[in-house]
Amino acid sequence: MIRLIVQRLLLLIPLLLGLSVLLFAWVRALPGGPATALLGERATPEAIARINTLYGFDQPLYIQYFKYLTRLLQGDFGVSTRTARPVLDEFITRFPATIELTVVALIIAIGIGIPLGYVAARRAGSIIDHSSVVVSLIGVTVPVFFLAFILKYVFAVELGWFPSTGRQDPTINATHPTNFYVLDGILTGEWDAAWDALMHLVLPGIALGTIPLAIVARMTRAAVSEVQNADYVRTARAKGIKPARLRGDHILKNSMLPVLTTIGLQVGLLLSGAVLTETVFAFAGIGSFLAEAVFNADYPVMQGFVLLIAVVYALVNLFVDVSYGLIDPRLRRQQ
Amino acid sequence: MRRRATRLAGGVTLVTTLAVALSGCVASERDAEGGEESGKDTFVFAASADPGSLDPAFASDGESFRVARQMFEGLVGVEPGTADPAPLLAETWDISEDGLEYTFHLKEGVKFHDDTDFDAEAVCFNFDRWANWTGLAASESLSYYYTHVFGGQGENGKYESCEASDAATAVVKLKSPLPELVPALSLPSFSMQSPAALEEFKADEVGGAEDAPELSAYATEHPVGTGPYTFEEWKTGESITLNAFDGYWGEIADVKSIVFTVIAEPTARRQALEAGDIDGYDLVAPADVDALEQAGFQILDRDPFNILYLGMNQKAKPLDDPLVRQAIAHAIDKEALVAAALPEGTEVATQFVPSIVSGYSEDVPTYEFDQDKARDLLAEAGQENLELEFNYPTDISRPYMPDPAAIFEAISADLEEVGITVTATPEPWSPTYLDTIQGSEKHGLHLLGWTGDYNDTYNFIGTFFGAESSEWGFNDPDLFKSLADARYADVDQQEELYKAANEAVMEFLPGVPLASPVPSLAFTDVVQGYPVSPVQDEVYNVITFSE
Repeated sequence: MIRLIVQRLLLLIPLLLGLSVLLFAWVRALPGGPATALLGERATPEAIARINTLYGFDQPLYIQYFKYLTRLLQGDFGVSTRTARPVLDEFITRFPATIELTVVALIIAIGIGIPLGYVAARRAGSIIDHSSVVVSLIGVTVPVFFLAFILKYVFAVELGWFPSTGRQDPTINATHPTNFYVLDGILTGEWDAAWDALMHLVLPGIALGTIPLAIVARMTRAAVSEVQNADYVRTARAKGIKPARLRGDHILKNSMLPVLTTIGLQVGLLLSGAVLTETVFAFAGIGSFLAEAVFNADYPVMQGFVLLIAVVYALVNLFVDVSYGLIDPRLRRQQ
Repeated sequence: MRRRATRLAGGVTLVTTLAVALSGCVASERDAEGGEESGKDTFVFAASADPGSLDPAFASDGESFRVARQMFEGLVGVEPGTADPAPLLAETWDISEDGLEYTFHLKEGVKFHDDTDFDAEAVCFNFDRWANWTGLAASESLSYYYTHVFGGQGENGKYESCEASDAATAVVKLKSPLPELVPALSLPSFSMQSPAALEEFKADEVGGAEDAPELSAYATEHPVGTGPYTFEEWKTGESITLNAFDGYWGEIADVKSIVFTVIAEPTARRQALEAGDIDGYDLVAPADVDALEQAGFQILDRDPFNILYLGMNQKAKPLDDPLVRQAIAHAIDKEALVAAALPEGTEVATQFVPSIVSGYSEDVPTYEFDQDKARDLLAEAGQENLELEFNYPTDISRPYMPDPAAIFEAISADLEEVGITVTATPEPWSPTYLDTIQGSEKHGLHLLGWTGDYNDTYNFIGTFFGAESSEWGFNDPDLFKSLADARYADVDQQEELYKAANEAVMEFLPGVPLASPVPSLAFTDVVQGYPVSPVQDEVYNVITFSE
């Protein structure tokens, strides 16, 4: 097991190096540049040239890349051209927001998706099954920004149950030792602040969670359908095993392997889905910041954030692979 | 099986009950908040982005200025509701005959937020600070307005020196005349900042690597001015909180603290207002104005301080033919354009400055909507089968151009009507539209505009036509010279010369000025007395809350 983890971590190095080259080339191949974004309407060509010289954007690409890589190896991700703050600081400040949002979206996706898929499979052809198909289709096809608009219109504007934007009511004077706002509120005993942060997570969590919910539900349904007709399930049933144990140990647990893989992949999608969701909910995580960076040709942020997201993605998948072993003893032995 | 179904139904009921109970909880909390409404003293305003910097000398964007105006004041302010310069920290000023010496007589008894005195020494400290920046600090990406107004640091710069002849008198000397100095000083970039705080928090030490500037501690956590509000906290990407300054020389009405919350997406801003999360926001989309008004929100319009125009690149033949340019001007129905594609209240433009700018002339040549005349002019020019490229930006909404595609549609329909074939060239605003228009010759007709910085004709037509540029593609030394002459003329002659310059520009017709759209703000009905300003000199100490 440990060997697997070390192997996978070592593999990360060439992966990130390759990615850094690709990103560097891609970001600079985009038309325009940070100078135009910084100077706006009446930038003279001379002023743009001066800014490019200042930031070193006029040097040959390989020199720029070499400089970038040297700094990167020292843990220096550069400085945002838009906010003039270090990229790593920006990431660390905002990442907790995205984690909070991703966790809520996952809880919604798993908490509803698995039961829904399970029930649909167990009652194939029933109304629940058919509605789960419809729900899945809607979940996958409705664009996030439209869903967000409707959610906000109904639950924030009309009903007033939830706030429409942000991570916390800015008039609440809360302390943030960890930048996980819900956790912060619990740690500091500021219950109002924790509750308020939680309420702020509901609508974006639903908006972000619907697509993985739909996928998890479909995967669960397919896996359970297959497993419940397997020979060993029939044998177990013939042996007169208790229905609860049959459902839990024999059907559900054995169908979870593909579902778990799906969930692992969804985490990566959630990180990218956060770009849209965070933007429409003005939720200050890494997604909304990355979107702003793209709009402003903020090279260092685009490069740095994508690299950091890749690291997170790789680690999550590693974690998922390791957890297979916990569910399936056969894999444990092979490893 | 049946039993399980019942259990499932039970579960659903439980979840529903929980949800209802939960929402009840939330609703009651909100009611409690609503109950405190009468004692409201916090003004929550949605900004479209974080400020670039809390040090206004290193900022040039509207969001930085919005925050800076609450915390800082300059020597020169703005007459409320206009774009005209007015006394602020300087009560009066004298300008020497040769325009090289400005004597500012300062308001006395003013304190910075750190309890140090605002006096002539502090004024000179600020001027010297700007003039002595080097390296990154001196680049346009940081000190944009100083570079533009004073022409940069060192030998190129127009600034000579500043002397405190006594505590309440500061004398600023220039190397060469700078006629727009007084209006320019009303920009937040030239705010007076506490010398003690600037030094303590190393405002000028732009950190980071040589090619990667980082903001100073002053610019992120310790801005200190003389304005009605002091800095409390900046949560990047989320909000900025300011509190009333106890030692403020002026008055502070109801707003004891201000929260700027960052909501980049326009629809999200509107929904935040409707949901009661914020008290107001700027840059209301024209399409939202009616709906918000009907829902009982207040819509306030700023007097326009911008201009939208149709540019014509004379390098794209036959746009160098005056007859063709006149034909295009006659072909466009500006009234219809405003009705179809611009917000209510928009002024139709006759020249390249909005009507509240001092050099605005009533006597410029006008080109009335007359499509027959346009056809005749095209025939006279031998251009009956004219084909023209028409560039316009996508994915952008500027105050002077809320919906470029709609504006393009309206104008190109008019042009097609007189027999001009239009080839549409849409291009994303970010990152390349401006490069195409201002950095290359590869464009024909194009949409662009400008929001003025301060009340000065040169800030409009000088910016456009002060020198040869690839946007317009013409070289007319006489025009350039007449603009420069007007700029450096005696103050009492300036207005007449600028009027003449506006007339000359419209005679030459390098482009068609289209309109000055009004930017709108939206507020809840409790917000009273928001000080709308064409140059966005809006300080919230005068706002009151109705019951």
